[in-house]
Formats: sequence, structure tokens, C-alpha cells
Amino acid sequence: MRRWASLHVQSFASALARLAREPIATAMTVLVIAIALALPSGLRVFVQNVSTLSAGWEGAADFGVYLEPGTAEARARALANEIAGRPDVAHVDLVTSDQALADFRARSGFGAALDALEHNPLPHTLVVRPAGGAEADVEGLAAALGALPDADFVQLDTEWVRRLRVILELATYVVDVVSAMLGVGVAVVIGNTIRLEINNRAAEIEVMKLVGATDAFIRRPFLYLGFTYGLAGAGAAALLITVALALLREPASALADLYGSDFRLAGLRPLDAGVLVAGGALLGLAGAALATSRHLQEIEPR
Amino acid sequence: MIRFEGVYKRYPGGREALRGVSFHIERGEMAFLTGPSGAGKSTLLKLVTLIEKPTRGTVVVNGRNTSRIPRRGIAAFRQKIGIVFQDHKLLYDRSVFDNVALPLVILGLGPREIARRVRAALDQVGLLGHERHAPITLSTGEQQRVGIARAIASRPEVVVADEPTGNLDPELSLDIMRLFARFNEVGVTLLIATHDLELIDRFGGRRLRLVDGMLEADDAFAPMAVS
Repeated sequence: MRRWASLHVQSFASALARLAREPIATAMTVLVIAIALALPSGLRVFVQNVSTLSAGWEGAADFGVYLEPGTAEARARALANEIAGRPDVAHVDLVTSDQALADFRARSGFGAALDALEHNPLPHTLVVRPAGGAEADVEGLAAALGALPDADFVQLDTEWVRRLRVILELATYVVDVVSAMLGVGVAVVIGNTIRLEINNRAAEIEVMKLVGATDAFIRRPFLYLGFTYGLAGAGAAALLITVALALLREPASALADLYGSDFRLAGLRPLDAGVLVAGGALLGLAGAALATSRHLQEIEPR
Repeated sequence: MIRFEGVYKRYPGGREALRGVSFHIERGEMAFLTGPSGAGKSTLLKLVTLIEKPTRGTVVVNGRNTSRIPRRGIAAFRQKIGIVFQDHKLLYDRSVFDNVALPLVILGLGPREIARRVRAALDQVGLLGHERHAPITLSTGEQQRVGIARAIASRPEVVVADEPTGNLDPELSLDIMRLFARFNEVGVTLLIATHDLELIDRFGGRRLRLVDGMLEADDAFAPMAVS
């Protein structure tokens, strides 16, 4: 058992040594593998981030109730209090037409154009935050508020959030498919690298067969080589993603701040990183197994 | 130890390399296989080492009929035979030590046992102290001796050599043959293909002469006195 273990440790060490002997060729191969693995993993992290972001929006689906133009401010205030008293409403903010205009003037930069208007075209608005946040309630509430005599119309903006959900679900499937395809690609790349290595070492393999090496003995270093390629590639992919996210974190936070959100870009989760690295190593092993099963038999002493 | 019974070997394309060869080399014998090039010497050795299987007839080595050994069993079969090649077939990216150790690593021996046997084998061929060297830094004769050390490291009962002195000058050739004779003295069965009749005249033993795929002569010789 100990001998068996030490044989494997030796094989792994010699695979590393073999890779270190040709650093540039090794780096190129590892980089190809890393990019092929980083692409789907990076997409997955992106989709996860957008999911977290949109989950926050769905819960707090504020909507606006625009009152009929010309409604008195006192009436608007009374209405706000009335609505705030409903059990399915958490909170109501009144944005008077004057406030809205001032806001618009400050933010849009259309100050001069607004001065040209004879009167304020903006209505009073009630910004309603539903209690709970379950979607059916929100729609029922919106309908009820829309039916109030002073309400002009209700802008309920949950439809696009729902669409985004579905789009994100679809994106997850797409990422799965892309992952599978690139995974096969990685196995093929590693298999091909191993095939070249087998060809380069044909003479050595022939000698080993002549001195009585079993197929398993000859195959082992190549399997380790594939495993090491996969492991190194996946490790480099995890590094690429981490670096890319680190570079994006600052701008993403700045953007989130502009929207008044405390959203922070999440990195590669430890579990996902583990899956990535283990998956990469397994793909390398699979590619090497494929290559050795096909090509080692072709080399026989003559 | 090595028995051929009515062995024919026909290669794809119709060339018949061996035609009805029969002989039996007993345990502990040393036999030279001679004959002009193209007579079938290499083919005969390939049948012994299971690189090829006979088209007809039986080849029995170490008590095993080679025709009945499946692909999976070839490695185990070869582990019991030492093979020496004309071109050494050393692994040039490894040290002398690692080359000689290869069959022992394949056998799965422990590192200490491997080191002990490698030194013993290198000592026998007079190369102790060259363990850490790269084979390429050695002379052809020394490289051949490394090849021989590798062949005997696992202490096989049968050693087969194909033109082991083919690339060596007469003096080195004699050294190598003496080495083989010494192994024979401790009980190793040897089958050595060579076309160097002058050299083997100095040694006694069995001589199998192949001509055109047939065994033309099979005699025992006494060593010839050489000044």
C-alpha cells in the first residue's frame, strides 16, 4: 500500500518535472485550458451576480400612483395617509408636483427648458411600497389603487423583473451547455497534447515494453500528465476569474452606489472553485485516458 | 528452457523468415546463434521475446508456450527474460542508475532493494561509480554494458542478446562475451545472436547456425585456445 502510494506520488512529481522541463510549451497549453475553463465559469459567476441583484429588486417593487393633474396637494396628502393605512401597504411617499419638478430640474439639466413652461406639467405622485412583496398582492393592490377616483394611472414595473428572471434561467442553461461543450474541448485539447507526448516518447515506450512494463505501468505517467494539465489549467482559470472580478469590483460598486444600491460583486464561491478545479483535473484525466487507450497500443516493439 | 518445435515464421507479404526450425536449449546452457544476415537470426530472437508469434510450430520459453500467451500476459512473460540489444536501447533522458533500475521498478520492488540490485548489476559489468552519469556521456562499450546490467538486474534465468557486440571493436567485444560467459557460469541460460565467428571461437558452447531460415548446424564446441 505504501509502495503503491509512493509510486503515485512519484508519478505526479515526475509529471510536474516533465511539464517544468518545457515551460513555454506547458504555459501555452495550460493557458488554452485555463481560458476554455474560465469562460463558462466566469459566465456562471456573472449570472449568479445578476441573479442576486435582481432578487433584491423583486422584493422591493415600489410602484408609482400618478394622480390626476390638478389634484390639490391637501387631497394628495389625505390620499397618501389613507393608502398608508391599508394592511397590504408598507409605506407611502408623496412626491408633490413641485418636488418632482425641482428634482427633475436638478437631475436632468433641462433647467432652461423647464423655465419656458408656463405651469408645472408634473402630477403629484404616490410612491407605494407594498407589504410582504408577494407578486399577486402587488398586482391586486395596484389594481385597487388604480381604481381610486383621483388616480390617473399606476405604473407597475414588475413585468420586466419577471422577464429578467426567465432570461437569467435561460442564461443558466446556456452556461451549462457552453460549459459542457468547452469541457469536451478541454478534454480533447489535453488528449491531443498527451497523444503528441506519446509520439515523442515512442522509443521510450517501446523499450519499456521490451523490459516487461505492463500497460498500466506505461499508461500511469501519461494519466498523471493529463491530470496535472487539467489541474494546472483549472487553477489558472480560477486565478483568471478572481483577478478579473477583482478588477471589476471597484467599478461595479461605483455603479451600484449611483443607483443607491449596496450591491457588491460576488467572487467565485469556494464550492464553485472546488468544482472547477476538480472538474478540470477529471477532464485532464479523461482526455489522457482516451489518448492512451487509443495510442499506446499502436506502439509495439518490432 | 528455450524449445522450438517445427517453427515457421511467415511475414505478411509472403517472406518466410524461418522454415521448420527445431532445437532445445537446456537450462544453464550458453548457445550462439550464427548465420549470414537475413538468415532469420533476429526473427528467431523475436519469437523468443514474444515480439512475434510463430506462424506454425511451437515456441516454449520458461515452460510457457508463447502462442498461448494473451496480449495482457506479454509483460509478465518478458519480466522473466533479460534482453540485450545491438543498439543498447537505453533511455537517454535518465541516469545510468534509472536505466538499470527500470525492470526493477516495473517489478514493483522497494527503493532500497532496487538500489542494492542496481549496484550489484553495475558492479558485475564493471560500471560501479557511473550510476549518476547520463548514458550519453559513456562510450559505446560502456553503454552496451549498461544495457547488459539492465538485462540482468532482475536476475532473469534466460538472457537473450541480439548482436551485442555488433558495434564494438574486437577488444570490447571480447570483454562483453566474457561477461556473458561469467553469467553462464552462475547458471543463466543464454542465447546470443552474432555473426562474429572469430570471437565465439574463443568460447565453448552450443552453436546454432541458421541459413535461409533453416537450422543448418547445431553443434557443441570446445573453447579454442587463443594466445
